[in-house]
Amino acid sequence: MLSPAFLSQLRRLLPPHSVLHEREDLVPFESDGLSAYRNIPDVVVLPENEAQVAAILRLCHAEKIAVVARGAGTGLAAGALPIDGAVLLVLAKLNQIRQIDPLARTAIVQPGVRNLAISEAAAAHGLYYAPDPSSQIACSIGGNVAENSGGVHCLKYGLTVHNILKLRAWTIAGELLEIGSDSLDSAGYDLLALMTGSEGMLAVITEVTVKLLPRPQRAQVVLAAFDDVAKAGAAVGNIIAAGVIPAGLEMMDRLAIQAAEAFVHAGYPLDCEALLLCEVDGVNEEVSDDIFTVREVLTASGATEIRTAESEEQRLKFWAGRKAAFPAVGRLAPDYYCMDGTIPRAQLPHVLRRISEMSAEYGLAVANVFHAGDGNLHPLILFDANTPGELHKAETFGGKILELCVEVGGTITGEHGVGLEKINQMCAQFSTPELARFHAVKAAFDPDTLLNPGKAVPELHRCAEWGAMHISGGQLPHPELPRF
Amino acid sequence: MLDRLIERIRAAYENGSPLILQGGGSKSFYGNPDEGEVLSTRAFTGVVDYQPKELVLTARAGTPLTEIEALLAEQNQMLAFEPPHFNGPATLGGSIAAGLSGPRRPYAGAARDFVLGVRIIDGTGQPLRFGGQVIKNVAGYDVSRLMAGSLGTLGLITEVSLKVLPRPAAETTLQFELDEAAALLKMNQWAGQPLPLSATSWHAGLLTVRLSGAVSAVHAAQVKLGGETLKDAAAFWQRLRDQSTAFFDKRPAASGQTLWRLAVKPTTPPLKLGDAQWIEWGGAVRWLESDLPAAALFEAAKSCGGHATLFRGTAPAGGVFSPLTPALHTLHRNLKQRFDPKGILNRRRMYPDF
Repeated sequence: MLSPAFLSQLRRLLPPHSVLHEREDLVPFESDGLSAYRNIPDVVVLPENEAQVAAILRLCHAEKIAVVARGAGTGLAAGALPIDGAVLLVLAKLNQIRQIDPLARTAIVQPGVRNLAISEAAAAHGLYYAPDPSSQIACSIGGNVAENSGGVHCLKYGLTVHNILKLRAWTIAGELLEIGSDSLDSAGYDLLALMTGSEGMLAVITEVTVKLLPRPQRAQVVLAAFDDVAKAGAAVGNIIAAGVIPAGLEMMDRLAIQAAEAFVHAGYPLDCEALLLCEVDGVNEEVSDDIFTVREVLTASGATEIRTAESEEQRLKFWAGRKAAFPAVGRLAPDYYCMDGTIPRAQLPHVLRRISEMSAEYGLAVANVFHAGDGNLHPLILFDANTPGELHKAETFGGKILELCVEVGGTITGEHGVGLEKINQMCAQFSTPELARFHAVKAAFDPDTLLNPGKAVPELHRCAEWGAMHISGGQLPHPELPRF
Repeated sequence: MLDRLIERIRAAYENGSPLILQGGGSKSFYGNPDEGEVLSTRAFTGVVDYQPKELVLTARAGTPLTEIEALLAEQNQMLAFEPPHFNGPATLGGSIAAGLSGPRRPYAGAARDFVLGVRIIDGTGQPLRFGGQVIKNVAGYDVSRLMAGSLGTLGLITEVSLKVLPRPAAETTLQFELDEAAALLKMNQWAGQPLPLSATSWHAGLLTVRLSGAVSAVHAAQVKLGGETLKDAAAFWQRLRDQSTAFFDKRPAASGQTLWRLAVKPTTPPLKLGDAQWIEWGGAVRWLESDLPAAALFEAAKSCGGHATLFRGTAPAGGVFSPLTPALHTLHRNLKQRFDPKGILNRRRMYPDF
């Protein structure tokens, strides 16, 4: 609990409406996009300018109070889960686009600006911001930087880390860090890379300079059906081997296709095991050439059906099913649990086979949605949280999938982040000395461990305990207890 | 061989004796003078894994770039950041540690953008692995990319995994006679249009632009932009990449002047800081010869949104890189201390106080 004295100090720094302390005001902030993890915050602050952010941090630093930064709250790994005795620092009111420089192709934005709003504002100049996480209508750029968010166009256009130039960020001690530059690099260490994906553990971002790209002249999508997941997986490699880097390359398995089709009627073929959506973009002539190549490769790879979207309307319809895949799968069961491993693409058939075996073992169905181009797999585990033990079973199953991803040379998280959700699996991916270096990096920025403590990197003793629990058959002691 | 590298660093850590990490030595001129015994990675070579369909290559630090580029070329792929070789046998480890990129950088990405994972030995002799061999990976802090450009001050890179890309089907280079201000405007305007740009350069009244992509796309852009087609363009860009043209290679030594690299906002108007200039990266990099004091150039670059590096010449007392703000400088020292507590790795190479 926070002391009344501390709360009154906070109130002196901020206008009355920027400090939330009543239970009914706090409940909306109890979780981020991963609602299985909830904890009502002690206090929520909503600063309206950078000076207020700095003042809050200085106060918390002086009083040794922890701070959890939160953007739009769309994260999927409980990274913004409130911590007892901490301040939840919500950056949503810092939502101004400060400048768009069409000639230099940059936008300077505050962290609470929504991802899509940047592209909308840049559209008048024929420019856009490339990373497009599926939550882009709602998610904010500050959160995108904190998570190094991706999207369906990563293979060609990169992640957040490839599309930002500069940050204004504040240490917990309230010191300003200007990281990056208006050029393409900066002096010293690449702290821009270190900050990107650091999950609110190192510093609090108050301004982001993003790169804008010219809108491609044309984008066109090809849909291909396969009677075998392995063939679809091989087709992905064949497209790349043919020298085409698609703007988007997505795969869905049978259950995901059926759910998506039932939900949005995208016109997907239903008698297939896997569906590929391959979008190419660029200048007009290049798109025509690439579509020709992609169709040839898909045919040679054994596609049972190939369709090219002939109009923008049809292109959007092809994508509608994929973009609605999560809510569509959500209609199949009361709850679903979305995983986020990345694997070397060649391992796809093996990994999908293992997932399907485990699905039988745990008695929980799985639909697979796959950013096939970059190997980022989103298995959606279906369960019912109202059935006792099912949430725990889903989490254990999910954990096993992530360990499988590590086993085949991949990673436990491609784009959602570790947060609190995958903190145990970090022990499977990294050795003790490596985890110790992560703690050392944090200590270089935040020696008192006040920014988002306990997230993203597990304490070393936690790994020892998890390792011990892990060995005893995957059954955690006291499964009825929330494990925060 | 890896064990021997670990042993050498462990022993140096025990004794607190500094080491100079070196690959091919092609970039030994870059950074501040360091001190200690040379620890070479040249014997630690070999491509560990290369999966063209995964667009991923993993190789040991001492592997020469030429070997990697030849292997990639067999599969019609490339290192899209076009790392400079300069005049020596540049290695993969050295290229990532220096973090330098060539002419394609503004349009395809920098060395750090293509790093997927690294193995390093830190300053205590501890081998560590960060990142991996997959394109999307957000588990843990991005220590792999932190290593790119850290000049070996945080650890000895022993292995690197990189994203590679297909070579463009067609490439053509166009030249336009334009003054500096007009060339800068063109470079920035064209970069905002859907054109397959892959390199830009301006020097001595000549704007040179490379187009890369599908045959049809390059042709269409060529028709749109006009200009004169440059023959032997590959050699032009390679000389620029490796700084083997007279501008970079001969004049600074002969004239006693120093070569500065100013990284600035690409739309920065012409700089009046020296006589001869070479502009690259769509205006974001201005190479210039100047005998102005270092502080003046650091200040000038800062006021243009960037930073300056004394690239070739005698290092001033404060070092060849733009000074950092006190908060950032402290952070650098903290990070250095965490990875290399006794300060034995490439001591003073980045900043003279660590």
